[in-house]
Amino acid sequence: MSGFVTVVLFFVGMAVFAWAFRSVARALKPDEPVFRDMPYATAFGYIFGLVAIMGAIWLYALSRDADPLVANKYFFAGKAMEAFVLFTIAAWLFRVVGRSIGTNGSRKLFRQMPLTASFGILMIILYSIAAIFAGVIAPYGQDEIIQGVAANIVPGGNPAIGGNPEFPLGTDQLGRDLLSRLIYGAQNTVGIAFVTTLLAFFLGGSLGFLAAVLGGWFDQIMSRAVDVLMAIPSLIFALLLMTIAAVWAPRLGIPLTLFMVVIIAVIDSTRVYRLARAVGYNIVVMDYIEAAKLRGEGMGYLIFKEILPNATAPLLAEFGLRFCFVFLTIASLSFLGVGIQPPLADWGTMVRDLAQFINFAAFAPQVAAAPLLAAGAIALLTVAVNFVVDWMLHRSSGLKS
Amino acid sequence: MSNLLTINDIYIEGRSDEVWSPIINGVNLSLKRGEVLGLIGESGAGKSTLGLAAMGYTRDGCRISSGSVNFDGIDLVSASADVKRGLLGKRIAYVAQSAAASFNPAHKIIDQHTEAPTQHGVMVRAESSEDAMQLYERLRLPNPHEIGFRYPHQVSGGQLQRAMTAMAMACRPDLIIFDEPTTALDVTTQIEVLAAIRKIVEDFDTAAIYITHDLAVVAQMADRVKVLLRGDEIETADTRQMLANPQEDYTKSLWAVRSFERPAKPAVHTGATPVVSVRGVTAAYGKVDVLSDVSFDMHAGRTVAVVGESGSGKSTAARCITGLLAPRQGHVEFDGAQLPASYKQRDKMQLRQAQMIYQMADTALNPRKTIAEIIGRPVQFYMGLTGRAKTKRVDELLTQIELEPSQYRDRLPSELSGGQKQRVGIARALAAEPKFIICDEVTSALDQLVAEGILRLLADLQDTLGLTYMFITHDLATVKSIADEVVVMKDGRVVEQGPKAEMFQPPHHPYTDLLLSSVPEMDPDWLTNLLEERGMENIGDAAVGKM
Amino acid sequence: MGSVSKIILQRLGLGLVTLFVVSIVIFTAVNLLPGDFAQSILGQGATKDAVEAIRKDLGLDQPFFARYLDWLSGAVRGDLGTSFAAANFSSFVGSDAGSGLGTVAQTIAPRFENTMFLAGVTAMIAVPLAVFLGVLAALYRETIFDRAANIFTLSSISSPEFFLAYVLILVLAVLNPILPSLSNIFDGMSFSERLERTLLPALTLTLIVTAHMMRMTRAAIINLLASPYIEMARLKGISPMRVIVKHALPNALAPIINVIALNLAYLITGVVVVETVFVYPGIGQLFVDSVKLRDIPVVQACCLIFAGAYILLNLAADIMSILSNPRLRHPK
Repeated sequence: MSGFVTVVLFFVGMAVFAWAFRSVARALKPDEPVFRDMPYATAFGYIFGLVAIMGAIWLYALSRDADPLVANKYFFAGKAMEAFVLFTIAAWLFRVVGRSIGTNGSRKLFRQMPLTASFGILMIILYSIAAIFAGVIAPYGQDEIIQGVAANIVPGGNPAIGGNPEFPLGTDQLGRDLLSRLIYGAQNTVGIAFVTTLLAFFLGGSLGFLAAVLGGWFDQIMSRAVDVLMAIPSLIFALLLMTIAAVWAPRLGIPLTLFMVVIIAVIDSTRVYRLARAVGYNIVVMDYIEAAKLRGEGMGYLIFKEILPNATAPLLAEFGLRFCFVFLTIASLSFLGVGIQPPLADWGTMVRDLAQFINFAAFAPQVAAAPLLAAGAIALLTVAVNFVVDWMLHRSSGLKS
Repeated sequence: MSNLLTINDIYIEGRSDEVWSPIINGVNLSLKRGEVLGLIGESGAGKSTLGLAAMGYTRDGCRISSGSVNFDGIDLVSASADVKRGLLGKRIAYVAQSAAASFNPAHKIIDQHTEAPTQHGVMVRAESSEDAMQLYERLRLPNPHEIGFRYPHQVSGGQLQRAMTAMAMACRPDLIIFDEPTTALDVTTQIEVLAAIRKIVEDFDTAAIYITHDLAVVAQMADRVKVLLRGDEIETADTRQMLANPQEDYTKSLWAVRSFERPAKPAVHTGATPVVSVRGVTAAYGKVDVLSDVSFDMHAGRTVAVVGESGSGKSTAARCITGLLAPRQGHVEFDGAQLPASYKQRDKMQLRQAQMIYQMADTALNPRKTIAEIIGRPVQFYMGLTGRAKTKRVDELLTQIELEPSQYRDRLPSELSGGQKQRVGIARALAAEPKFIICDEVTSALDQLVAEGILRLLADLQDTLGLTYMFITHDLATVKSIADEVVVMKDGRVVEQGPKAEMFQPPHHPYTDLLLSSVPEMDPDWLTNLLEERGMENIGDAAVGKM
Repeated sequence: MGSVSKIILQRLGLGLVTLFVVSIVIFTAVNLLPGDFAQSILGQGATKDAVEAIRKDLGLDQPFFARYLDWLSGAVRGDLGTSFAAANFSSFVGSDAGSGLGTVAQTIAPRFENTMFLAGVTAMIAVPLAVFLGVLAALYRETIFDRAANIFTLSSISSPEFFLAYVLILVLAVLNPILPSLSNIFDGMSFSERLERTLLPALTLTLIVTAHMMRMTRAAIINLLASPYIEMARLKGISPMRVIVKHALPNALAPIINVIALNLAYLITGVVVVETVFVYPGIGQLFVDSVKLRDIPVVQACCLIFAGAYILLNLAADIMSILSNPRLRHPK
């Protein structure tokens, strides 16, 4: 309870301070419109921001404390802040580079780009490289149990606390190199999610456009069917179908992962269908489509020459969002133990296998880092994609008005 | 007497793509008590921005970069938010273009009316709602004691616009800004609102700024007129003087638009086969008939204007002719031969002969195709031209619509102005080498000068190519300038039809008379005379009839 | 009011039809399994006679549609069949099964209650917080606060539930032992103790749901603030506070209620992962366990419950927004 009282008092203190700040500023500069018309909430916001920045600096100082007990406790806070600063600088540098090389169009794009979006693009590029060249980059194979190396080597490479510089992220309980598995995870998790999304788009996109153009009974039947499928929460539906697939897979001799790709693609294609139909419908009602129809154009010309070129921008943004969704669904399924199957390295499974080490964080923070790194790898990519999509949507809505 | 409002050398900027670009460049404005100033200009002239700036208000993404707005001794640019709030609604009021969107859908009209007086402490609620009913009565709203207790969506557009005028008057302000208050209304409704506004402004001796793009309207409403062009002031003068003797070229050209009228063509021989003949067409969307037993003919080389207010069925008639909507009864003949009801059953030749030009050039041109592709498609599709022959034909067509081929061929529609887009729409229709073209409100989205250019082009093309036009419009000025014959429609029926010269000479069917006489004219006394002629009661009756 | 009640009845009917079709889909999906339940229960080595006996016992010799009707009529009466995990694999399921519980309904009931408790706690924290922050972000849009909130919520939405769960465990349970990291809940616990153990999973769900809800609330309010009638209210000299309370809020209610209902529906998917991480004995964890054990009757029942709740919440959102629309409430 005392913690709660402290928090309340803290906020009251900030509130009083904000009021005092505004009053003093008004008294000193009575004619300055900035202070005269400043709402109280804005004054409070300034004080709050100031306190937050000071708090962050203080936390960082604690993470570098000489006392290992204190330093350990704030190890993750410190690392998180270092990562934040590092990413910000990287994104900023990337944008500077983007502004000075490339075509006129790409330069203009980078000039208007917020830092979040350039961070997102940078991350997507890095992940793609890791995924495509995993075999070249990774020091070991994804399921290679390295001879003569202990299991559960601590990340960080410090021999004093059980690390090994050859394995900067340590090894898992079977003695496999975690860094290699993390890199291969990019190939497997991201690759499978990408293929699944493509399939979902092919399915949902083509059916959605067809429904928009044809209308009538085809549209009715498809849309009602999609309504029903969407009434079942997607993760639940995926789990149900995976249960069934798990029985079928060994009998048919088809890998379960393939089933998963198809199942998630079908479930997700319902969402794509909805969007493609809506986008398609908005285009179909345009006068230029009517003009083409009255000219006597065929269905193929209508879809490929008139409709599709106008649907690419919203579909691209949707592709990003759907990719994130598929990626998270696969990661969740793997985390629950019914997704990507061993020996393929994947991030969801890694988190599940390593999760218990989090409990060691208080005295050996490096040990707890391994599961968080795998989970963080998932989060980082989806955050990156979402940043880019958010910017794209913002741009297209801004252009409209 | 000192001025109520003085705007001094004001500059306003708007932000787009992180860059500030000018909207108003150093305009001066002054207004005496009880005076009505008309602000006119085409779209993008900055009329609304200037009107709002007179209230010390700028929309999101705009800012006043320099200059002053002095309202009765108070500088609204540097005044604090509280001071401005004390003036708005109380001493300066605003009437928006769309009353339907500007009334809060969640509250009753009377509650919104009494809000400003009670909030500003001018009147208590009961007093203010009693006053509201008196204002409603004065504005000749039907059921003045009851109408305020309705929600906005339960009241028609014209009545809502009058209720909004009453609301602006609630605190008896010194100044009201009218921002295109009748633009969204049909002509017959417009009269009622114009009369109401003028009466109430005169009765309370309120100063007003009346913003509009319609010269004839401003002639009725304003004492003085200020002409704006792209944020610059062109000229200011008393209304009568400005109408009689405009000084600047731009103003003169605006005035001249009104005078474009091409000579009527000789009457058609009796017995000649019409190019298109609509025979007893009845058509429905779902179960509701929107056209009932419509018949009219269109003869070679003539322009037939189909006029009517929104919902009269004039666009549906066009859809029946093109085959987008199959009639429930009746049929359409082309050169004496019956056309299949649906466009899907028509052959290429039949489709080619009848072309269409749309109202919104923005949605009529595929934004992802270049101009050459847009015009080239029918050339290839119908004429079978490809390669250099196609390019040559496209260039010919571009020349015909007065766009330089080398300059415009490879542009996208978004890189053209509104008038140029409409020209491309015309070229696409011409590319099919048709006999007959439907023009669906082709000028109503355009500024008057640009619209006039399009009309002249269409008239020239008709003379050189012998085209037949069906001209769908609600704008009677357009009818006057281009039509040979007129078809008047109302509620899905043809009310009257005949040659233009006859149609504009009364007496006629009462609706035709009402419609034609409601079109504002440039004569400043037109509204006064018209109201006298009709008698003021008439207006109230018309409103009740609309209920 | 006639037209409103008609529309609502229509929506209710549509919801029922959807639920009915969904039940067919779920039942059909489960029946895609090779062999049948009997074989699965007894394993590959069972004799033909034994399998036949169980088939008869469970009604598996009936044709597909008869079995469906049987299952559906049972489900409507609250009888969801027999859990064969509870019957045969009692050692896997944990404490519940040992006490001799056999039917699916008995297995699910306490779990369902726990999940409702978790969802309830989450909603109590998340809804007021999200609406408050969403309105704030809309009012102060394009400021530093709004941009920071945008980055924060976007990150929180994008992160997998288990990542947020482990970060919270790390911060609030391991490094600062404030809350327990495992949520073992049992009958007869005091309310405050139960609340304490539910708080960490509830906070995880809150992070995600609040982020979603806040973004959607912000968008709804911004959309609203751009309407001409808000500008009109400002131009009438109404105070900013009154513009929000009197002019924006009544119209914002519909979209906000919609947002809340949609996000509570989203919670349903969220509980599956979060309950697993915290070993919270709710329906989500039961579902995942049953999936792994291939306990078909339980999987089937859980699916139906999840889908039912999902449909119900979406329906509620739909009906609420109809009710709060003045155009429908006050017809011409």
